[in-house]
Amino acid sequence: MQQDQALLSVQNLRTWFELRRWAFARAGWVRAVDGVTFDLPRGEALALVGESGSGKSTLARTILGLYKPTEGDVVFEGMELSKLRASQMREYRQDMGYIQQDPYGALPPFLSLRSILSEPLRIHGIRDKAEQNRLITNVLTEVKLTPVDDFLSKFPHMLSGGQQQRAVIARAMILNPKLIAADEPVSMLDASVRVEILKLLRRIQESHNLAVIYITHDLSTVRYFAERIFIMYAAKTVEKAPVESLLENHYHPYTQALLAAIPDPDPENAKTLRDVPAGEPPSLVHPPTGCRFHPRCPRAIKGLCEVEEPPEFRPVPEHSVECWLYKDRDTTPGTA
Amino acid sequence: MRNYPTIFASFIIIGILLGIAFYAMISIPFSEAALKWRGAEAMWEDTPRLAAPIWFNAFRSEKLSETINLTRADATITEEAVSETIREETWVFEYDFPFASLPTEIKTFFTVSAGEKAPMVTLTWVKPDGTSYKLTTMTAATGDRYSISADSKFSREQLGGEDVSTALYRTADSTEEDPVVLTGTYQLIASVYHFSPDSRIDIQFVNFGEVYGVAGTDHLRRDLTIGLLWGTPFALMFGLLGAVGSTSITFLIAAIGTWYGGFLDAAIQRICEVRLQLPTLPILIMLGTFYSRSIFLILGVIIALDIFSAGIKTYRAMFMQVKNLPYIEAARAYGASNMRIIVRYMIPKVAPVLIPNFVTLIPSFVFLEASLAVLNLGDPTAPTWGKILNDAYRNGALYRGYYYWVLEPAILLMFTGLAFSMLGFALDRIFNPRLRRV
Amino acid sequence: MTTEGTPVLRTENLRLFFRTMKGVVQAVDSVSFSMPRRDALAVIGESGCGKTSLVRAILRLLPSNVHTYDGSVFLNDVDVMKLSEERFRTNVRWTKMSLVSQAAMNALNPVLRVGDQVAEPLIVHQRLSKQAALAQATEVFQLVGVSPDFLTRYAFELSGGMRQRAIIAMALITRPDLIVLDEPTSALDMLTQANIMNVLKGIKRDLEQSFIFITHDVSTTSELSDRGMVMYAGQIVELASAEQFYLDPLHPYSAKLMASVPTLKEKKELEFIPGQPPSLLNPPTGCRFADRCDRRFEKCDTEPPLEQLQDGRWIRCWLYNK
Repeated sequence: MQQDQALLSVQNLRTWFELRRWAFARAGWVRAVDGVTFDLPRGEALALVGESGSGKSTLARTILGLYKPTEGDVVFEGMELSKLRASQMREYRQDMGYIQQDPYGALPPFLSLRSILSEPLRIHGIRDKAEQNRLITNVLTEVKLTPVDDFLSKFPHMLSGGQQQRAVIARAMILNPKLIAADEPVSMLDASVRVEILKLLRRIQESHNLAVIYITHDLSTVRYFAERIFIMYAAKTVEKAPVESLLENHYHPYTQALLAAIPDPDPENAKTLRDVPAGEPPSLVHPPTGCRFHPRCPRAIKGLCEVEEPPEFRPVPEHSVECWLYKDRDTTPGTA
Repeated sequence: MRNYPTIFASFIIIGILLGIAFYAMISIPFSEAALKWRGAEAMWEDTPRLAAPIWFNAFRSEKLSETINLTRADATITEEAVSETIREETWVFEYDFPFASLPTEIKTFFTVSAGEKAPMVTLTWVKPDGTSYKLTTMTAATGDRYSISADSKFSREQLGGEDVSTALYRTADSTEEDPVVLTGTYQLIASVYHFSPDSRIDIQFVNFGEVYGVAGTDHLRRDLTIGLLWGTPFALMFGLLGAVGSTSITFLIAAIGTWYGGFLDAAIQRICEVRLQLPTLPILIMLGTFYSRSIFLILGVIIALDIFSAGIKTYRAMFMQVKNLPYIEAARAYGASNMRIIVRYMIPKVAPVLIPNFVTLIPSFVFLEASLAVLNLGDPTAPTWGKILNDAYRNGALYRGYYYWVLEPAILLMFTGLAFSMLGFALDRIFNPRLRRV
Repeated sequence: MTTEGTPVLRTENLRLFFRTMKGVVQAVDSVSFSMPRRDALAVIGESGCGKTSLVRAILRLLPSNVHTYDGSVFLNDVDVMKLSEERFRTNVRWTKMSLVSQAAMNALNPVLRVGDQVAEPLIVHQRLSKQAALAQATEVFQLVGVSPDFLTRYAFELSGGMRQRAIIAMALITRPDLIVLDEPTSALDMLTQANIMNVLKGIKRDLEQSFIFITHDVSTTSELSDRGMVMYAGQIVELASAEQFYLDPLHPYSAKLMASVPTLKEKKELEFIPGQPPSLLNPPTGCRFADRCDRRFEKCDTEPPLEQLQDGRWIRCWLYNK
């Protein structure tokens, strides 16, 4: 790929949380992210797909600087997160935006839209009222909350779900970031509104050349939004590929199960049972030995999968899998 | 507002209390009130001791004697020159006495400005039935007071030892043991002989009744209206300051502790837990006894003790919930500093819950001040309702039948508490929608 | 999908209005439909369309601020609306109709053992002894695919998927005529959802159970439904068989809704519906979807009735009514 530094580089990141029982005794660690590596260039939309507890939200939050890496590092625009002091965090966060799942919860209920949008500006030193107004107007126009003057004085509870999420997007965009982390941005919205918001996000991403990390558990939206997709399971990225490549060839057994589990609206569905693995995602405190999917995997290799954790293999260039089934199909290392 | 009639009622009562407070502060400046309240006999010599309020008589068929206070304006004064240097000035005080009971005391006060020789005064008493008594002849000096009712010499010489007030007011055919008051027009005639041309006299004649004023008087003859009036702004201020100071600081500390967590949070919690074991009243008693009883010191200590107690724990629970809300996380993500998050994002979210608590806290402080005063811990010189209750208690008011002395401050305290509590509960329903009934 | 004999459920002009601070919300506005036995009916709609209120109306789980509640609900041809509250509770609710509600996983009492809770409807409604009830609980646990070992555990010891199955077991244990599921899988992961759907499919096939399945997730409904009913602004706008509904929805709203669902298998251009549903405080006269419909015409100013077409489906739209 490019020679120059990628916008975001995640290097062998582990984010663990300490479990505390009594004041001083330690009960272990919740290993929410356990060894993730990837690069994200400017302008690329990446989808992180996984079930709850797979680590996708924690990964995004670590990248945003809300958690400190336990091991490994996150490098954003050359700044190494693990080495930053508290006073440097503001600079780190200046070029990042965050869109959360719950549009109503993400907005302070007692502030008007104008105040909500001017907060990030004030924090980052833009105090001139005229400049604030200009930026606010621009961003509201972009998310199509117009006429702008009508919306500025409104409070969050006066807006519909879709409008609230647009306000959240506006707030994320107001400092003109280079990276946006969107954590399940549409899952709490109605079906007909989801498409609207996703299209809006896509348009903004394209026009601003934004890097986007799009987190979701709903695979079916991914093809409308992202170029690359990572499948996460139990704190690891088990498969990484460009979207079309993944939809054609899903290698990891978990990915296969996921794709088999997702229904398209088809009346034939009611007549057959789906082929899905039983069981639940594993505990993040005591993950299974070896490959973490092996207890549920219909194709686990005895003697190997439960003993050793698989490294990344590339059966096809730009498409990596962490699965022993492909240990003989590793193509020459491309970039992923 | 219409949905909550209690708010309406509470506003009325609070409005009245505020009105009283303002009236008190405007009509009697504090310095004067404090002086009067602290003042000894000299301030209050023309009021009766332990007199009930005037409106008691509205409930009685046999009226209690009212206090009749007559000065120069009420007298008919004539002057006659007796010789070149000597003048005779005659003061006639004429008044009606329609009551069924005797006055408690009868006194005259003289204010004299004389040359070399003091004027001489002769007092004559004239009853409605025409009987008259020559009470005394005396030399009047400045600040002299002559207590008619306590003149034992007069009683011995002219009344055969009978109590003066009884004799001066009863009908001729009733006895001393069972006197019947002779109603009608009485006269006190003072003949003053002035021995120099610049000699002047001012006479005040007071029949001390069993009732006086709007609120009655206490054991130091103080008109209770001053104490009750000025007690209002005191109570409200103490209540308000106490509630505001206590609540806002508690809030801030709870928010900071909850947000930063870790050692700071643990430390604050431990301090609170220790303090909760300590008994408040003994601490205040020790403070008041060994150190100082200034009302502001006591208030300060109470607030400090109040802050680090159950309030912080309650608010902490609320702040813990807010801490995990999505918009707080979003604020961190766009770079908000810790203080900003605490003050601008966490506190405003929880603050509405605070308001009902705050309002219901006001009467707690008012009662606290009253309790302290009753226990003799309050500021002994401040005119507060609690102090009135304290005086009443220490003088056995209920035992001796002076119910008004206790009831008046008690009822005022009760109404204050009622008004703020009603307001607080109604606000609670407004700010806490789950308590509402649709 | 056979229509043998009496329909298991039939409503006639069912209305449920709520009193709120802002006025009267007409949540369910004269809903009439019927459901044959062994049918699975999917009720689809977005938030505010009245589907949850419909559940409440059918099961008589009413809050305190009800303004209007009338119409008829015929369960096996018996009008249960006429029953007193007490008779309804003992004879109908949970014995003939049961409910798996939204976020049901949180409906388990944390201080009771799971088995006791699941067995409770039998003890309360059918006066079974605790032993007999637990025996049935074991049976029904096996039906939903949870090991009977878990009967003696507490709710927090079960995972999300297992709790949901326990709730389904609880709804099933009295072998009711009708089970209503309100968003049963919305809080679950994709794989767990698929598993639960398998469980429900098995129950439908083996026990010949009737279901009403309420959700906003159109794709999931195709897993279980024989028929689909679309609600909008408190009214039914389309009621059709699964084939008709998923492959060729007629009502403009249904069509747009289907077009907004992202699909994995086939590539399609997604559409969205601009605007918002009308407020139920003051529903518009005329067709309630007219504002957002791109095929409206003058007749849409009057409210279209719900009519049955030649192919058997019901539709409320002037484009199709004759």
